[in-house]
Amino acid sequence: MTNNGRKTGLGSTRRGVILGAATAVALTAFSQFGVGKAHADDANTTGLAVTADTVKVGILHSVTGTMAISETGSVQAEKLAIEQINAMGGVLGRKIEFVQEDGASDWPTFAEKAKKLLVQDKVAAVFGCWTSASRKAVLPVFEQYNGMLYYPTFYEGLEESPNVIYTGQEATQQILAGIDWVVKEKGAKSFYLLGSDYIWPRTSNKIARKHIEKLGLSVVGEEYYPLGHTQFNSVINKIKLKKPDVIYAIVVGGSNVAFYKQLKAAGIDMTKEKPVLMTISVTEDEILGIGGENIAGAYATMKYFQSLDNDNNKAFVEAFKAKYGDEIVIGDVTQAAYLGPWLWKAAVEKAGSFDIDKIKAASPGIELTTAPEGYVKIHENHHLWSKTRVGHAKADGQYEVVYETKDLMEPNPFPEGYQ
Amino acid sequence: MFADYTWSELGSIFAMQGFAGLILFSVFVLMALGLAIIFGQMGVINMAHGEFMILGAYVTYLCSHIVENYVPSLFGVYFFGAMILAFFASAALGALVEWALIRHLYKRPLDTLLATWGLSLMLQQAYRSIFGAREVGVTLPDWLLGSVALTDTIEVPINGLFVMALTLVIAVAVYFLMFRSRMGMQTRAVVQNRVMAGAVGINTERVDRKTFALGCGIAGIAGSAFTMIGSTGPTAGQLYIVDTFLIVVFGGAASLLGTIASSFAISQAQSTMEFFLSGSMAKVLTLLTVVGILMLRPEGLFSLKIRR
Repeated sequence: MTNNGRKTGLGSTRRGVILGAATAVALTAFSQFGVGKAHADDANTTGLAVTADTVKVGILHSVTGTMAISETGSVQAEKLAIEQINAMGGVLGRKIEFVQEDGASDWPTFAEKAKKLLVQDKVAAVFGCWTSASRKAVLPVFEQYNGMLYYPTFYEGLEESPNVIYTGQEATQQILAGIDWVVKEKGAKSFYLLGSDYIWPRTSNKIARKHIEKLGLSVVGEEYYPLGHTQFNSVINKIKLKKPDVIYAIVVGGSNVAFYKQLKAAGIDMTKEKPVLMTISVTEDEILGIGGENIAGAYATMKYFQSLDNDNNKAFVEAFKAKYGDEIVIGDVTQAAYLGPWLWKAAVEKAGSFDIDKIKAASPGIELTTAPEGYVKIHENHHLWSKTRVGHAKADGQYEVVYETKDLMEPNPFPEGYQ
Repeated sequence: MFADYTWSELGSIFAMQGFAGLILFSVFVLMALGLAIIFGQMGVINMAHGEFMILGAYVTYLCSHIVENYVPSLFGVYFFGAMILAFFASAALGALVEWALIRHLYKRPLDTLLATWGLSLMLQQAYRSIFGAREVGVTLPDWLLGSVALTDTIEVPINGLFVMALTLVIAVAVYFLMFRSRMGMQTRAVVQNRVMAGAVGINTERVDRKTFALGCGIAGIAGSAFTMIGSTGPTAGQLYIVDTFLIVVFGGAASLLGTIASSFAISQAQSTMEFFLSGSMAKVLTLLTVVGILMLRPEGLFSLKIRR
């Protein structure tokens, strides 16, 4: 540390001379922020957009197009986190400035904007992406130009990149504990798996099926519907015929709304003992569209619910509402997006540098005790250790937490025996 | 597949499945009728049809919000008022669009595709700016939720029955309007020969505007009704547009009867196959069949015999 101090001291003197030659105003400004400046060279050896008192980061989500529905919450959370960090004095004495780009729900656009953020804006980190497709599109860009991405969504796993910190849960974290719970508490013996037809629901259901079969229980049906499908009456009849104990649903987007409305209309009463409806794709955000009365009684497994009863979360919810209005709801992904800037700050401070390679090395083992979901820690594989919880949907659109795992669940993006 | 079930169980499932098919049929007719008028009768490829539907849905959302907060005593019946308002809102927007955009393009039908596609993007962004990017929840009166138990084992969703009744009313109304009223006669005259219709004293511009507005208005009602079964968000209209065009083209663009026949064929095929196969496979097979039939009959199921 002392060694560092001396080296940067020299650096600052050299820069000071140059600046001093320029103008008196600049000189005053420099001496005022002299402390921050002292780290400038060492904290940033790769030419990132870091000055004496600011550091530039990127926010890359869809604010237009079909995914805007889902990604809006993440943008709000990331901005809130950045604002709070700045209010506390920033990162290594530098205020965070953000450049926001719109991925426009289009995967090539995501890649293009990621490149713009890294090459042109030289941002020190990017908080962004939502769908796996957008993440897969930007991944080569981040690896080629050595950027850092904080990715908030729960996803199917099967990926691990040194350039990405996955702040949401991967599939095994989200699924296994939920199934164990429903088997133990509800005596479930048979499952009907249902999902939208793309990689996340398919991979997740594959893991769910393996786990169910390992427990010696049965899967009586497994089905996928195209994204945007709006007519579920036939499959609901099929479910009625098979009489499963648990309907395990991973339906997303607009289909979600249609599915739950039609399920309720068809007389499947989720508030009764059987069938239990369990989902991993409906957060408080989605319930806004579905309507609380249409999904009341369902169970969701996530790592975060807005109703979590702890001091971190109370402060978080209060700050979120103060900034975005009382009507706003906070879902699992929104909270995970909120963690991004904080985890990055912790990594920068641990590394004492904004350099991407140093952040990569410093990230594993970083803990966050102030996370709204409670304590989290970054695993060697760049995913988070986190608890998994089961929430019971209520008519007011909130979940009541009925179970949480005792220990943190280990992230395991390449689960053996589940592929 | 059925070995473990008794005959009565199977009977009730098939009865419910029959209803599911009929409900799907009604939904298809409802969403396609407006387009059949605009695309089939006027030849305008209206890619913004879905957005006109969603306008109806948003009007319903506003109504539910206002009635719930200010006149809760009327909440049980607000839906009817909302549908009428949805009709007029979409029709008014339709008339405006026709005046500003479409009427300049009647001689260039393919350009209407691009123009209305652009319009649909603009409308989506407008909804997003006004109502927010998130989906909104439309609260429904209690009597529209749940199901009617016909027997112990046969349950039919009430909102499905409601859509069926609504479709019937609208189809009959459209029939009278198009084939038994003066306006319909004028519309058909303009469709068949614009110059001649003008020569015998029909104000073709007015007829065009009214017809376009009518098609959009019906889309608005459909959107309003679909708040019961689907989502209301800025891009929700996109969920319907492909199916809608499929039905109209398959039925034979110029024939309203064809639209109804093709709705029936596609809905029955799809709901039966969805029951026996998985959802995605059912969709693939339906599309393959439609493509196959269109290759044999490019005009669609029903075509008008006209001299070209």
